[in-house]
Amino acid sequence: MSLDLSQYRDLMTALLPELVLTAWALVLLLVVAVRHRTAGDLRLAGWLALVALVSTGGAVCWLWWSGARPAGLATMIALDGFRFVTDLLFLATAVLTVMLSFDYLEREQLLAPEYYVLLLLATLGMMLLGGGEDLTVVFLGLELMSLCVYVLSGINRRSPKAAEAALKYFLLGAFASAFLLYGIALTYGATGTTNLTLVGVQVRMLGLAHSTMLLLGLGLLLIGFGFKVAAVPFHMWAPDVYDGAPTPVTAYMAAAVKAAGFAALFRVLAEAFSGVSAWHQIVWWLAAVTMLVGNLIALAQRTLKRMLAYSSVAHAGYLLVSVTSGSTLGAASFVFYLVAYTLTTVVAFALLAAKGRNGEQDVVIDDLAGLSQRHPALAFALAVSMLSLLGFPGTAGFIGKWYILIAAANAGQAVLATLLVVASVISAGYYLPVIMAMYMQAEPSEQAHAGVRLGRFSGAVVVAAVAGLLVLGVQPSRLLDVARTSGESVRPAGVLPNTPPASLSTKGS
Amino acid sequence: MLLGPSLFVSAVLFTLGVAGVLLRRNAIVIFMCVELMLNAVNLTFIALAQTLGVAGQIFVFFVMAVAAAEAAVGLAIILAIYRHRATLNLERINLLKG
Repeated sequence: MSLDLSQYRDLMTALLPELVLTAWALVLLLVVAVRHRTAGDLRLAGWLALVALVSTGGAVCWLWWSGARPAGLATMIALDGFRFVTDLLFLATAVLTVMLSFDYLEREQLLAPEYYVLLLLATLGMMLLGGGEDLTVVFLGLELMSLCVYVLSGINRRSPKAAEAALKYFLLGAFASAFLLYGIALTYGATGTTNLTLVGVQVRMLGLAHSTMLLLGLGLLLIGFGFKVAAVPFHMWAPDVYDGAPTPVTAYMAAAVKAAGFAALFRVLAEAFSGVSAWHQIVWWLAAVTMLVGNLIALAQRTLKRMLAYSSVAHAGYLLVSVTSGSTLGAASFVFYLVAYTLTTVVAFALLAAKGRNGEQDVVIDDLAGLSQRHPALAFALAVSMLSLLGFPGTAGFIGKWYILIAAANAGQAVLATLLVVASVISAGYYLPVIMAMYMQAEPSEQAHAGVRLGRFSGAVVVAAVAGLLVLGVQPSRLLDVARTSGESVRPAGVLPNTPPASLSTKGS
Repeated sequence: MLLGPSLFVSAVLFTLGVAGVLLRRNAIVIFMCVELMLNAVNLTFIALAQTLGVAGQIFVFFVMAVAAAEAAVGLAIILAIYRHRATLNLERINLLKG
């Protein structure tokens, strides 16, 4: 199905998933305006949010299977496999977050049904980020997502920690957005367009690869995205915000918000800046520093939530490695790792939410001692999630890391590949103690794990995600195929798939 | 018209905004500095749009709308923290660290 996006009808078809989600968010907003007093209202809003996300997922699948292709070049929204895969990833993460929130919101007495409206609108922003083919759309999607998540991280108005997390996130997020915006302005100034494809075309035709304005713009864009995905040295906000925000929101931030930032970064670099070799060098350094610093600081953390926050910083480094390689294999490993990382993060934070209840937020590793005797299933799930974060064979995290390594090695970046292995070894130093505490230490007292209970919905989330991790760990080929085709679909104009563009062979190393 | 000087002024404004965010410690002042950065970018867009066409001016409208939304959310968050801590000095807002 070829869609001419200058035609009103075809444009509406291309935007169908976004329109469906917008309509649902508005409906939910109206419902919440009337019913927001009891726990029943909260549950109603949650169910409506689930229906909204699933129906949007249906629209994405329909568009994908109908083989929608744009008729022209310069469109505002992409119609390619990458958009659909990332859309489904964001929607799936949102579904998991909603299900985690069912139990969490009631337990913490957070009677705020607008939570779900914000969650839907943040997901809408992510979908625009993953599919935005124009810097205008990327900017608006990023702001829509960020504004909603600022509020979500401070949704618990009784908690001073949550308010502080929201303030820090807001100030640094707005700061980063301004950098990103200046980068967009300079890119526009150098090329005369904000369309990603056209920027790429202009860079090639006018030979702008060494234009000062374009390089400045690229640098500022990278700073802006670096903040959003929490790459070192722009990561200072992440641990504080992850620590202070409600745990389901933290899971959502660590998984979906980061994935959305990466999706936009990937598309911008691959489509607009493929002719500028300078970014390989910059992203190479970002990746190396992020991996090492993230893992080293995580070693020193006492509480589990901050440890996971720094571990998510380190994982941003692994993802940057796959971005740096700039090959189709890199793109495939990028998509695969995004999926594996999202699932793993959701499991880890779901279990953290179950453990850190009754206002007892600071779970340290010793609190998990002997969990395997009292709650073997929970201990098993957490162990699988830790092993997947570590990249242990048999889990999805291993396959993801393996393909990133192959991509880096094929791109001639042996040093970066070595650093990735070293960083993974360091990370064993804080993932394994969690497992050792659960399985090898005795329960300190009978009541040590009395408060641990996973709600029905959270339990379903954990079972589904752990099953996904293990299945993908031994049977990754289908997802790999999807990752490969969708990763290939993001490419500069005029370049056929399977033939890497000439400029990409100049590797930064 | 005056493309060079306009770009220079906007770069200076942007730098002032960055310096303000990094040096000041009051949440409201930091927020004002971020707004200054956004408006510096707006000036860049307007200056560039003289030669590059109307797209830059359209972008400015989006930026203004986003800045307004950001102000609404940001001031609400600042109010929330003031209720808890009765201060907006970031050096004293330090429950989260490690």
